[in-house]
Amino acid sequence: MRPETAWPWLVFAGLGMFHGLNPAMGWLFAVALGLHRRSRRAVLLALPPLALGHALAIGVVAAAAVALGLRVDPVIARVAAGGLLVGWAGYHWLYGHRHRVRIGMTVGAAGLAVWSFLMATAHGAGLMLLPALLPLCVMPGVAGGPVALTLAAVAMHTAAMLATTGAVALLVYDWLGVGVLRRGWVNLDVVWTGVLAATGVGLVVTA
Amino acid sequence: MPTWRPDPTFYPSPRLAMKAPAETLAYVASFDPARAVPDVLSVVDVDPASRTYAQIVGNVAMPNVGDELHHFGWNACSSCLCPNAPHPHVERRYLIVPGLRSSRIHILDTRPDPRQPTIHRVLEPAEVAERAGYTRPHTIHCGPEGIYVTALANAEGEAPGGMFLMDHESFDIRGRWEIDRGPQRLAYDAWWHLGYDTMVTSEWGLPATFENGLVPEVLLGGQYGHKLHFWDLHARKHVQEIDFGTENQLVFELRPAHDPTRAYGFVNSVISLKDLSASIWTWYRDGKAWTARKIIEIPAEPADPEKLPPMLKSFKAVPPLVTDIDLSMDDRFLYVSCWGTGDLRQYDVSDPFSPKLAGTVRIGGIAARATHPKAGSPLNGGPQMVEISRDGRRIYFTNSLYGAIDEQFYHEGLDGWMVKLDAGPDGGIAFDPTFFVDWPKTHRPHQVRLQGGDCSSDSYCYP
Repeated sequence: MRPETAWPWLVFAGLGMFHGLNPAMGWLFAVALGLHRRSRRAVLLALPPLALGHALAIGVVAAAAVALGLRVDPVIARVAAGGLLVGWAGYHWLYGHRHRVRIGMTVGAAGLAVWSFLMATAHGAGLMLLPALLPLCVMPGVAGGPVALTLAAVAMHTAAMLATTGAVALLVYDWLGVGVLRRGWVNLDVVWTGVLAATGVGLVVTA
Repeated sequence: MPTWRPDPTFYPSPRLAMKAPAETLAYVASFDPARAVPDVLSVVDVDPASRTYAQIVGNVAMPNVGDELHHFGWNACSSCLCPNAPHPHVERRYLIVPGLRSSRIHILDTRPDPRQPTIHRVLEPAEVAERAGYTRPHTIHCGPEGIYVTALANAEGEAPGGMFLMDHESFDIRGRWEIDRGPQRLAYDAWWHLGYDTMVTSEWGLPATFENGLVPEVLLGGQYGHKLHFWDLHARKHVQEIDFGTENQLVFELRPAHDPTRAYGFVNSVISLKDLSASIWTWYRDGKAWTARKIIEIPAEPADPEKLPPMLKSFKAVPPLVTDIDLSMDDRFLYVSCWGTGDLRQYDVSDPFSPKLAGTVRIGGIAARATHPKAGSPLNGGPQMVEISRDGRRIYFTNSLYGAIDEQFYHEGLDGWMVKLDAGPDGGIAFDPTFFVDWPKTHRPHQVRLQGGDCSSDSYCYP
């Protein structure tokens, strides 16, 4: 694989790790469920639905990107995607704290997947992948075409997210304890909003 | 502004919160019963190392008169660390201070000088009524969706009372909380079991039955609140009510276990029509439903009618009038205010169905007029709003219940005071002989909140 084709995959994996690290994307929920149910198994059982919800949220954006990328001039697609990202960052900055809470501690697997989907969507997790997704849509002559490539991208991202979520959840559940939240829960939302905005601006500038 | 790390006063679990540093300031709602001068939020120095220990060191006057400050709370607390609705990077900084009589809501900023908060914003009564659909705001709790406010009446001052939400950053009113209130009509207190996605609410009465004092006919007719309501916290739907029976009047303060895995809590009924006793009940999860059981009954005490107010003379007894209870952070000790007799009791509730009396002090009281080591003369009023430090070692309380009701039971007048108890690690309570705040005669003290959080301000998602 040549460097210019390798970078999108590194981005998918890297952002998967970034999303997995964010307590608001699921590892903390898994830990809490484990503590409530006094069961390490509950931590592990929470992981698949969390990953599924996240994958769906990413998949929706990816599908839209493919559809857009195949039909629209790449420059317009990049500008539109960039504008969307900047707008999302602004929304997240202003109103990110006031989402209606629908899922609580008695959640089951389906609810957890819904929660993960909603959190990833609200945070614009999928949008963050757009810069790496858009080139895939217009990459000529790749086996399987853009749809297969996009599916592979979502799978790669989700695998990295799941691995990180699971690792952090078990680290906190088995070793660190939730006391680590007091100092260790840095404001990833600020970083997150910054990444969204920077990605958006980058897309527009390089269009 | 968002912060880089969680507010240092947020703790993931009650166990960790118990290790918090000792509080140095207490905030106390203080109102003028004559409604001649503005109510104030007073700041009391509770740092034993300070030269101004046990003194009022700051006062914030409200912009109007006649608000009747009563209960209040923080904009944000430990529930911000919950995994399902995290917003950990806000500050515990603003006090939400409603006027129970005026329906005005004051937002006070405790920075930069926590001894002298400033008024950050005032929501006028008309705005509250229009946007919330409710009036007579009472309990304030910081929680998963922002600030929860219970209100005793609708916009017209009638039933139903209920609950509304406020934004914890902008303090805009976001509207009514309930989506389906079922049979609930009366409101008073609210709190929750975050581990069970359950809201619990209790009942007092409508403004016409308390704003000019308790109405004897309503009380003897068993028409004040006597029910608990259980709700789906996130669907905002009523799921169950528990009726304590009309003889158990005024079902007030809700103290669910702090440990979110424990599905039980305590609530007081102020007075029984059967024999003037007061009772404490434990509610708990039984299979898929909630149920409740009376665990403590405190009898009325015979008294010389000469010493009693007109309302009680014919009964020749002092009702204990349990008007507030509070649960220590480790869910081990329940503190019970007997506003009538003057007892402040400590029960060991390690087994929530088998309480053991672990300590008692007496101060004030309708007939007893018990004194305090530092006061030296008989005192009126009785133990009322009680607050416990997070480590469980210090207990603070004040002596006024509600302007119009104070006069009914303490007919010769009620002079405000605030005192502190020291609690042993395994039970036992005693007055701190150096802590007696002789309240300014223009005002009376009600709820106490401790800087950084206390045992009725925060809720937790992790055991």
